[in-house]
Amino acid sequence: MEDLIAGQPLFSGLPGDVAATAAGCARNVTFGTGRLLLAEGDEATTLLLLRRGRVAIEVHGGDRKTMVVETVGPGQVVGWSWMVPPHTWSFDARALEPVGAIAVDAACLRAKAEADPAFGYELLGRISQALLQRLQATRLRLLDLYGDVDAG
Amino acid sequence: MSTRAEAAAPSSGPHPLTPRLFGVVGRTVETSDVVTLALAPHGGDGIEFRHGQFNMLTAFGVGEAAISVSSAPGDEGPIEHSVRDVGPVTHALCGLPVGGTVGLRGPFGTAWGIRDDRLASGADAVIVAGGIGMAPLRGLARDLLARQHRGHGRLYVLVGARSPDQVVFAEELESWRRDGAFVDVSVDQPGPGWPGTVGVVTTLLDSAPFDAARATAFVCGPEVMMRFTARALVHRGVDAERIRISLERNMQCGLGLCGHCQLGPLLVCRDGPVVPYAGVGAELLRERQR
Repeated sequence: MEDLIAGQPLFSGLPGDVAATAAGCARNVTFGTGRLLLAEGDEATTLLLLRRGRVAIEVHGGDRKTMVVETVGPGQVVGWSWMVPPHTWSFDARALEPVGAIAVDAACLRAKAEADPAFGYELLGRISQALLQRLQATRLRLLDLYGDVDAG
Repeated sequence: MSTRAEAAAPSSGPHPLTPRLFGVVGRTVETSDVVTLALAPHGGDGIEFRHGQFNMLTAFGVGEAAISVSSAPGDEGPIEHSVRDVGPVTHALCGLPVGGTVGLRGPFGTAWGIRDDRLASGADAVIVAGGIGMAPLRGLARDLLARQHRGHGRLYVLVGARSPDQVVFAEELESWRRDGAFVDVSVDQPGPGWPGTVGVVTTLLDSAPFDAARATAFVCGPEVMMRFTARALVHRGVDAERIRISLERNMQCGLGLCGHCQLGPLLVCRDGPVVPYAGVGAELLRERQR
């Protein structure tokens, strides 16, 4: 498990003891096509690191059909709500194909981060970087880059 | 790489400011606002061009617009231009029927530059296109796929579009995938049943297994998209010298005479549209109106 964790971009390049610390909270999980990895409103208990397969981040729109906000793939993280109170998922995440992931117990991870500030600082830095990339990608999509233009 | 060195003077027509008459011999509706016109000269030979160059097409009675060639130099048959309906001239061009007539001046500008030592030695080629940006890359992709079939490095084609029905050349992309190219498409707004990636085109770089250290990348699309794509390619490990981008400006004369397309130190119609990202390209993509 330690090697699997160390192979994930979120943890790559970190000292071995960091991966070992995270591995102590982790297990392998799989999801079949169409299965929900997590559901809006449920308690956010797990950090999911995708190893294979693609996942759609969805929101259901009441009388409208379910809308896919974005997709994430191998090497990416599914779900951030485990980090901050109230630890409740804000979106659904559904497997578009057979998915393999590392599930890291969030309470365990938070406890280790609090007990070992160096680990917690490194972890938070990595997560911030991933969140920043996701935020920048979202901003780009807001621009509607391929929309109407005014030209000849 | 020297795209300047590859710039070519127009090779056809009695005078570069005088359009030749070409007939529309084929018309393909690619998406709701993109049409590909197949053009053949009313008399005389066709024109010689290279990947990435553009022609000035005249919609008679309306005006003239710079349109990239979307076929490959070695393709059999008429020359093709894929036009997006975004204004009066392109609207008129898109509406032309088979049998219609356009004026054509060109070709103008610099080329993608497919002939270089790195590509010849079998390095991977990465095409990243956004929206109609696939048009000037389509012919290049065809020839790079032929290169792959000769055993000289794999072709990666990464495409971003607004929605699934706005993916230009969707059927041809699928045929390239069947023929062995790595092809991936991402959309901003998926419809029901879209099985692919949702997100900005740069996210596709993460799952494309090209050899970044040796790869050459060709990028075309909205300038914001090119800027972020080029940065992501560099972050992935592609040498900025090996990233080529295609700029778009208000081209009018095509000869570097009128100055309408000036961008920093360049006249895009003459010194572009294809420029290296390293140095001038990166600077130009950062240019902003103040």
